[in-house]
Amino acid sequence: MSLQAMLIVAAALFAIGLYGALARRNAIVVLMGIELMFNAVNLTLVAMGRYVAPQTLQQDISTVLTGQVFALFIIAVAAAEVTLGLGIVFAMYRHTESVDLTDAVQMRH
Amino acid sequence: MVSEPLVWAILLLPVLSFLIISLVIRPFLNRIPALSGWLLIGCLLAALALSLMTLWAAAGHHVPEFRQHAWLSVGSATIAFGLLVDPLTAVMLVVVTAVSLLVQVYSQGYMKGDPSYSRYYAYMSLFTAAMLGLLLASNIVQLYMFWELVGLASYLLIGFWHHRPAAAAAAKKAFIMTRIGDVGFLIAILYLFFQSDKFAAAGLNAFHIPDIWQAAQPLAAGGAILGGAALTWVVLGIFAGAAGKSAQFPLHAWLPDAMEGPTPVSALIHAATMVAAGVFLVARFYPLFLASSAALTVVALIGAFTAFLAATMGLVMNDIKRVLAYSTVSQLGYMMAALGMGAYSAALFHLFTHAFFKALLFLAAGSVNHAVDTFNMTYMGGLRRHMPWTYVLTIIGGLSLVGIIPLAGFWSKDEILSGVWGSSELVAPWVGRLTFLLLAVSVLLTAFYTLRLVILTFHGQFRGGGEKEREEAGVVAPAPVSAHAADSHHSAAQPAGHGGGHHLAESPMVMLLPMLVLGVGTVAAGYVANPQWVHSLLGIPGHWITEFFHLGLEEALSGREAHLAVPEFSLGMAAASTLIALAGLALAAALYRGRGAETRKDPLERGGPVYVLLNRRYLVDVLYENVLTGRVFYRAVAGALDWLDRNLVDGLVNLTGLVFRNAGRPLGLLQTGQVQFYAVALTLGSLLVLLGYLVLR
Repeated sequence: MSLQAMLIVAAALFAIGLYGALARRNAIVVLMGIELMFNAVNLTLVAMGRYVAPQTLQQDISTVLTGQVFALFIIAVAAAEVTLGLGIVFAMYRHTESVDLTDAVQMRH
Repeated sequence: MVSEPLVWAILLLPVLSFLIISLVIRPFLNRIPALSGWLLIGCLLAALALSLMTLWAAAGHHVPEFRQHAWLSVGSATIAFGLLVDPLTAVMLVVVTAVSLLVQVYSQGYMKGDPSYSRYYAYMSLFTAAMLGLLLASNIVQLYMFWELVGLASYLLIGFWHHRPAAAAAAKKAFIMTRIGDVGFLIAILYLFFQSDKFAAAGLNAFHIPDIWQAAQPLAAGGAILGGAALTWVVLGIFAGAAGKSAQFPLHAWLPDAMEGPTPVSALIHAATMVAAGVFLVARFYPLFLASSAALTVVALIGAFTAFLAATMGLVMNDIKRVLAYSTVSQLGYMMAALGMGAYSAALFHLFTHAFFKALLFLAAGSVNHAVDTFNMTYMGGLRRHMPWTYVLTIIGGLSLVGIIPLAGFWSKDEILSGVWGSSELVAPWVGRLTFLLLAVSVLLTAFYTLRLVILTFHGQFRGGGEKEREEAGVVAPAPVSAHAADSHHSAAQPAGHGGGHHLAESPMVMLLPMLVLGVGTVAAGYVANPQWVHSLLGIPGHWITEFFHLGLEEALSGREAHLAVPEFSLGMAAASTLIALAGLALAAALYRGRGAETRKDPLERGGPVYVLLNRRYLVDVLYENVLTGRVFYRAVAGALDWLDRNLVDGLVNLTGLVFRNAGRPLGLLQTGQVQFYAVALTLGSLLVLLGYLVLR
């Protein structure tokens, strides 16, 4: 598969995730959109890593897997982020019996 | 043989006294204030001994070249500090330490019972130390530092009784007026700093005083480093500083007001420290002055004009200290005129003798004040019966001021007059003639106002003293701390038997003794330091002090032809000046002797508008205070700045506040609390940045 194809898929994934994060009112769906954007970025990193590997191979073996390592880091961070995000959503639900983001405006003033 | 530490000690002893009094005695031992006086007297006694040693060594050419200690280094300019002991310094060291010592002894009596006794002696230590540092400085920056310290100390001492508004104002006036002159001096130093590369190229240091002397002289290859118009301006800058300190014409107005300080301070200012510093500065840079005929002309004319102007104002003053103050201004004018006419050693000789008799006259004035509790001569009179010693000493000092043989003033004034008469190679002939004429007329005026002072103070009937003055002025009599009578706090310290006012009696011994010493100096100093007509007197060769000064100048010029001769004593000139002086004395005697006991009217008041003009001091003070300060400065300059501040600066500040206060309201509407609205804004913003990057790349 060519690099272009993978980047197009990643861009599409990012756009879908962005739409979900910006347009949906349910906090859980917003979190899901954010996860989609994470994965789009991961896909880009892995694709790019694979793409530049033949050039960096000649110089330093340790740089070959940079893109993949990055992706692994982001997966770990994303897991933590989801845990935290869901925790906040739970707290919000307990407080207002709602997960609608347009209702969460108590901190405005 | 003097060594470097010994010479430094002359400066450091008063510094030490200042530190001990202000850091130890005043905070911890203020219950025994006499300690501070005796400490300073002890330090000055030691300093005087060391100064005499230094003079002895300098007279025998035993003064070594002292080391210069590096202080600062800026580019090619190195500022060092060190000692410069030449005949000028050596003689002045003795004068300053001796006069200061006597004044301090006198102050023990005069300041007795003052609540700020220790503070007084701390300031006095600082004053003396600053003057000694000024004399010893070998570097122009070092000299400038002590120069400003002298100014500061005089400010503190003139305003010593700072609770009196007049004293505070006088201190401020003295400080600001001398500072105007100092700007010229500072500009001259800055010019030297910018020329330091040129100096360095010739192997000289732009701040080292002997190197500056060198720089004014033509080099073998071509012109001097300092020459032409630049030299003239540098010299005039230095002279501006000197004119401020020595109260020469446009800047003379501060000295008579400086009378608000304690009388011993006045004696010190007028005899040895403050005003002598100006003449010393001109003498210190005299090789530069000699290289510029224009500058010499300015110095001579300003000096002569000041001598005349101040003498005329002295004629009509009623405050005994003001008469003496104007006489000081006048005598300093003599010295400056002599310097301008090339009579270098005569001017310094006069500075030397003047220190004795002027200190004596001021201490006598203080002694009179001690008795009658006022300085206004119209309330004195008849004191010679009560204060015989003060009377005799005032006569001696006064006749010396007039220039009557054989007192000190006679010898030096004669040297000045014959020097001005003789040497006219340095300046145009008309300058010499005008200078001589003004100085000769001033001799007459000096004689007149001196005898007027003596008659008003000591002859006739007693006219009531400070008590009566206060009574007539409408002040409640038994108020010893009234701001009106100058040194009135004394009355509080005195036994109550005199009703809190005057007590017509001779001053205590501690005050008389210094006056007696100065009186002996006034009688003898003129002849002993500079014997005439003999080969040597008690081991002092003929014309010793003038030859000594001249030698110092020749060394400074390092062999350059000076066109200067040591003025010889001239019998004709002596006879002429004595005749003029006697005429002045006779005139005063005719006008003031045998007036009615109670009359307070001055016969000079018949002069009408001339009397008013003189009494108002030619309106110079009015010009400075009302027109220059009041109108021009406060109204015009300060008014314009005030308008700018109110409208322009404040307007800008208010505008800034207005913009942000009102811009906040619409911006606040953007904060909705909708998280997703913020996210949309962020997204659009990043897209915009990305787009901008792609387009403008």
